This record gives sequence, C-alpha cells and structure tokens, in this order.
Amino acid sequence: MNLSAHADAEAVTSAKESPPSSIVIIGNPNTGKTSLFNALTGETARVGNYPGITVERRVGTLNIGDAGQKRLTVDVIDLPGAYSLSARSPEEKIAFDALLGLGGEAVPRLAIVVLDAGQLSRNLYLAIQLLELDVPVVIVLNMIDEVADNPPNPKRLAEALGVPCVATSARTGLGLSELKHVIADALVKPPRYRPRIDYCPALLADAQELSKSLPEQWQTGVAPRSSLALWALTSIEDDELCDIPNALREHCNRIRRDQREAGRDIDLEIIAPRYAFIDSLIPHVVTGHVHLPKRKTSERIDRVMLHPVAGFLIFVSVMLLLFQALFSWSEPLISLVEHGVGALQTIVKTHLSAGLLRDLLSDGVIGGVGNVLVFLPQIMLLFAFIGLMEDSGYMSRVAFLIDRVMRSLGLHGRAFVPMLSGFACAVPAILATRTLERKRDRLLTMLVVPLTTCSARLPVYTLIISALFPAQLLFGVIPIQGALMVGMYALAMVLTLVAALVLGRTVVRGRQVPLVLELPPYRVPSLLTTAKMVRERSWDFLREAGTVILFCTIGLWALLTFPQKDATSVAPTSGPNVATLTSTVAHSGAIPPPMEHSPIEHSYGAKIGRALEPVIEPLGFDWRIGIGLIGAFAAREVFVSTMALVYGIGDHDESAVAPLRERMRRERGPNGERRYSPLVGASLLTFFAIACQCSSTLAVVRRETRSYRWPLFLFGYTFVLAWFVSFLVYQGGRLLGLG
Amino acid sequence: MNLADTVVGTTVTIEGISGDGSFRRRLFELGMLPGTEVTVVGIAPLRDPMELRVRGGSLSIRRTEATQIVVDDSQCRKTRSASESDVSLVPERWLGSMQ
Repeated sequence: MNLSAHADAEAVTSAKESPPSSIVIIGNPNTGKTSLFNALTGETARVGNYPGITVERRVGTLNIGDAGQKRLTVDVIDLPGAYSLSARSPEEKIAFDALLGLGGEAVPRLAIVVLDAGQLSRNLYLAIQLLELDVPVVIVLNMIDEVADNPPNPKRLAEALGVPCVATSARTGLGLSELKHVIADALVKPPRYRPRIDYCPALLADAQELSKSLPEQWQTGVAPRSSLALWALTSIEDDELCDIPNALREHCNRIRRDQREAGRDIDLEIIAPRYAFIDSLIPHVVTGHVHLPKRKTSERIDRVMLHPVAGFLIFVSVMLLLFQALFSWSEPLISLVEHGVGALQTIVKTHLSAGLLRDLLSDGVIGGVGNVLVFLPQIMLLFAFIGLMEDSGYMSRVAFLIDRVMRSLGLHGRAFVPMLSGFACAVPAILATRTLERKRDRLLTMLVVPLTTCSARLPVYTLIISALFPAQLLFGVIPIQGALMVGMYALAMVLTLVAALVLGRTVVRGRQVPLVLELPPYRVPSLLTTAKMVRERSWDFLREAGTVILFCTIGLWALLTFPQKDATSVAPTSGPNVATLTSTVAHSGAIPPPMEHSPIEHSYGAKIGRALEPVIEPLGFDWRIGIGLIGAFAAREVFVSTMALVYGIGDHDESAVAPLRERMRRERGPNGERRYSPLVGASLLTFFAIACQCSSTLAVVRRETRSYRWPLFLFGYTFVLAWFVSFLVYQGGRLLGLG
Repeated sequence: MNLADTVVGTTVTIEGISGDGSFRRRLFELGMLPGTEVTVVGIAPLRDPMELRVRGGSLSIRRTEATQIVVDDSQCRKTRSASESDVSLVPERWLGSMQ
C-alpha cells in the first residue's frame, strides 16, 4: 500500500550525490521508540557512542523483502528520546546533528517519527519540527492498542500532514509489516511536506535576517534556511552548546534584545503557532472523546504507589529488594566465578612446572580475568532491575518520589538508583549513571558514588575492627565493634552528601535545569527488551572496562611479585591472589611462626610501600600497611590477603584472617608499644572509607567519561581528602592522648 | 496566582511563564502555553515535585518552577479524573494571521 507523499510541490532540495545510507528513529521519551527499533531491527543492534558524548548510539539493520520484492537492507539509528529538536546541551543536539548530517553522520534518507497515539498533541510538536526541516518523514502512531475509543486515524493524519502515517503497536507487532512496506516506498520516494505554520511577519523577517549568520556546514542541502534560523532561536540563549559559531550566537542575542525592546515575545511567536497548527489538526484526526483505559488504571495504581505512606513503603521495599539482590543474590554467582577461577588456577598450577610463567598465568592472567568477571553478576542484576523498572514505568515514580531528596544534592531524582547501588559496588553503580540525561549529573554521581560503603570495603573493615578494637561494650550497652561498623556507613553517607554539595558547586558546576518528568502509564515490562539491555551493558563492560581492569590486575601482580629474590625459595612465590573477592570469614586456625622476610617484602610494590612511608606515617601507617594499600588497588579486600602475605601468613585462603588478626594485635613497635593501636585502626578505617583506591572503579569512570581527566581527578581528590581526614583522626587522637 | 498554589484536583488556565529564557521555552515547547489548561493531578509525598496533566499528557515539575507559572483560576474547576482535562486553543495574538 502506498500512503506516501502528497508531497507539496514546494522547493524540494536536490538529493545529495553520495547516497545517504540510514534511517533514523526519533520520538518523545516513553513512546515505545526502542521497542519499535528492536522490532524493526531484530537482533542486529550494535551499540556505540556519539563522538565526544557518552550517549549511546544504537544502530541496527532493517531488512525489507518479500518474495516478489527487491530485497532492501538499510541501517536504522535509534536517536535519544526528545520532546523537541531545540537543544540546550550537546546531548540534546544529537538529533539535530543526525538529521542534518552533521558531526560525521550521513544525511539520513528517512526519519521515522514515533508518536504516542494517546498523547498526540505534545508528540506532534516534534513531528512538526522535523517537517519544517524538510526531512523525509514517516509517522508512526505507536501504542495504538492503548487507545480504546476513538483512536487517532492514521489516514486522516497522513492527509493532514502530507506524509505517510502508520498505526502500530511495537509490543504486539501490530502494524509492523505495513510499516515496513511504507518505509520501503518512502525510501524510493521520500515523503516531504512543509506544514503551513502561521508565523507572524516580524518573526519571519527576523528568521530571514538570521539565516545569513548560519554556519556553512549546516547548509547540507537538507533544511530550509529559515527553519534552521528558527531552530537557532529556540536553542541559543543560556545554553551549554559548544559548537555554535560566535557570529550566530551574537546575532541571536541581538534579535532577542531587539524584540524585547519592541515588546514582542519571540519564544511564543515561534512555539505558539506550531501548537495552533497542531490544535487545528487534531479535530481531523481524532473524533470524539479519546478513552485511555491504561491511563485510568495507572491513575488508580498511582493512588497507592505515590501515597505518602503506602507509596513510600512500596518504594522502600523495592529499593531494599534491589539492594538485597546486589548484595546477597549476587553472592552465589560471584562465588561461582571465584570457584571457576580457583579451579582453573589449580589446574594450571598442577599441570605446569613451578615458575614465572605458571604464576603469571594463574595469578596474573586467570586472576585478572576473574577480577573482571566477578563484577558481572552485580552488573547484570542491577541492569535487570533498571530495565524492568524503566519498562514498567516505575523508574519515573522512583524519581518522582525521591526527587526532593536528590534535589538537595543538586541532582535529578533519577540519580537515586545509581547512588543506592553504590552501597553494593561502585562499578555497576557508575555504569548505571547512563540512565541520567545530563552530562553534569552523570559526572557528579560518578564522582561521589565511590564514597559509598561498597561491599568490597567490608572485609577490610571487619579485619581492622576485629583486630584492633576491643570486643567490649561502651557504657555497658553499645558494642564498640558493631557501633563502629554502623559508624562507617553513617560516615559514608555524610561524606557522599558533603562531596555532592561541594563538587556540584565547584568542579561540576552546572545550571539548575528544571525537572521535566513524565509519569508514563504502567505497562507490563518486556522481558526481551530488558534481557537485551542486560546483555548489551554486560558485553560493553567486558569489552571496554574489562580489558583495563585485566591489565591493572596483571600490573599489580607483577608489582608485588618482582623482582624475585630467590627463585628456588620454597616460600610462596606468588603475589596476592587479587581474584579473591569473597567476603572473608574469620576462621580460627593455628598461628604459624612469624616469618621475618616474606617474599613480598622484596617486590617493587614493597619498595613503593616503603617509599610511601613518609607520606603515610603522619596517618599512623607503616610500610606494611603501605604495601597493603598498593595491593588494595586491585580491589579493596585484597588489602587483607596482601597483609597476610606481608606477614608471611599462609597463601591466599580465608584461614589467614584469624592469624593475621592475631598478628596485627600482637605487633609491637620499637618501644614495645602496640604497632597498630585502635587509633591507627580508626585512621585506617577513615582512609579506606574515603580513598578511591579501586582500579576497577577508575577504569569504569574512564570508560564512561571517555577521558583520563575524570578518573585522575576522582583518584586525586579522594586521596587528598582521605589523607587529610585520616591525619586529623590520627594526630587529633594523639593530641587527645588516645594514641 | 501561580501554579504552585493551585489545589490538587483543579484545572486552571496558564496566563504566562516568568523565569529565564530556556526554562520558559522548554515549558512552551511541552505545550504549556498561555491559554492552555493545566490540571494539578497530585503532589509527591515530600511535597515536591507536582504532577500535572497538560494536553492529555503527564508532566511533573518542581514547585520552585511552578511558582513561575502564572495561572488564572477564575474558571477553575474540580476535575473528577485527570484524564478528562481538555486541550485549549492557542490565543490568536501570537499568530501571524492577526498581524
């Protein structure tokens, strides 16, 4: 069937010589755009990035072809959801660039505009903007199955807008084959239509004038200059765009100044006529009262879900469930990874003769791979949760409920889930910042999430607290060790809050952007879409961050292994097993005789540890802790096994914890005083709470920000802060006579 | 009167939006134009943000931003269900044909 093109005989720009190759899908958020993309492209989606910005660029292949028809293959790009083409930030400008063929993109052959059939008015605004840019357009009335009475008539809309229009339901597959036919036709005969918007003459004169200042590269032969000028007027002015030529910016400012003096309102002069056009259109497309049963049901559900008491109880339960999943459900999967890695290591160790190659393979490479894989269970679980919450519509409610709290941190309500996840592990939490739209919000969240008490800190806290603090009751009621553990969580929360406030006003300062949140109707989440996202994110992590983590692990292994003083030594020659990520359980065990010189003491790592001593001495740490801190860089809990190696206690199994605790308790300094006093313990706890000494976190921040600057900054600021706070704790405590 | 003071469940008409340029523009582009009817559907349990129904769609904004939206409640009416709120037409003074 062919609904296409009553193409107005208005000046259609000449086609470019080099055939543009792709189709773009564009639409408001929550229009089922991604479902439609998935339905059209099947399993072909490839996820990449737009250059310079961490916004996902999803490209798939659409195959159209019947037996009789010529087979057709074309790339489909899923553009980020947007309410308007007007852009205030580089992220929002992606759609504009893609449509004009700027920023390395080819000019698209066709734009599929996805509209929510139940919310025509607001959705049509975007479609009108595209038509004004003279982009070939096919309109999709998606989620048509959610409109029970008087659904919008696609034929009428096609007549009114002069471009083809198909009603679909991407979830049920309704209308998809028709859409494919329409796309095939539209690729042959691009449907264009210039809507007659009733702009006032003064505005048209301004646009005419402004079009002289438009940059050369925008003139790709696609869009009429006056439409580009209108785009500039709705985008430029207190924006965060970085690639707008000064001449254009100044010209826009001049026009704004002039119109203000003349008592005009240029924003309304542009936007109101577009809505007037939409308002005049809708009676032709929708006849009678639209009945949206889903919306009605959603309102009823929200009476509970957003209720001051019940709503919060549900919210807390869902968040507890999410946290429980990350914290506990992941445990069997993590130990599965660890056992697999351990088994592999054993195989290598039994089948290869002792030597460097064996150690490199088992402790470096296999240990390193394990160190990457061990993050997968939590990443997959978190994204499964996020996917289901996004798809069902609950994620918007989370943002709605908690926005007030997050706002006080200078963040969007959506930042809550990444922040909460940080209490399990910073790595999946940082990956989850992708659900935030603004770069500034993402950055700020990434910079403060590593301060939350992740589960890798717990074995370290357990060791320090149990080894250096008495198992007594304070004032006869409060168990000191338990109170300290709770205190560490409280400290983390305070630090996160303060850091967010300070960094949000200094380093990642950004204008407060008004919250615009849509509460879409509740829908049954699509398991397929969620599974797809989980797979994409996991694969992306393995490929992008995994390699960095692997090399860091091997590097740290080498640091703590070389040079080997005596290759024939019977003492364990391997470095700490950095893949040991199990939470350490205190086992009782015989205390081996203290070894004066464990092999690790000769390593480069130990040299660095010793060289660090002057830096960390004011905090109460000696070189042994220095080595432990270096080992902890692979993963915080490796501190425990590194310390065990420093004291020559066992290899890397959990039975080392109890003897290590004993050793640390009994260690004496040169004057017979305890080497590790409770005050040293407090200082060490503080240091671990603040310093981002986790190479995996830094690797993920590097991947998400696409720069070395931010991971370096994160490491630097947390290290300096950790040093100062630990210094205050230790030296302050000494002044108070607690040492 | 501004939108932040509007009682939940009532429908009012937008008169104008103050505030900085990009903020106004963003709301205009979402269809919150002078003359448009807005229904306050609900307020989050922590008193912020507030959920609105505009042109048949859901939209939530913060109270600080809602204070910048001047509304006319003279024709204010209680709406039984939020989805019943109707679209209203754009005032003609912003259109070209009037000039």
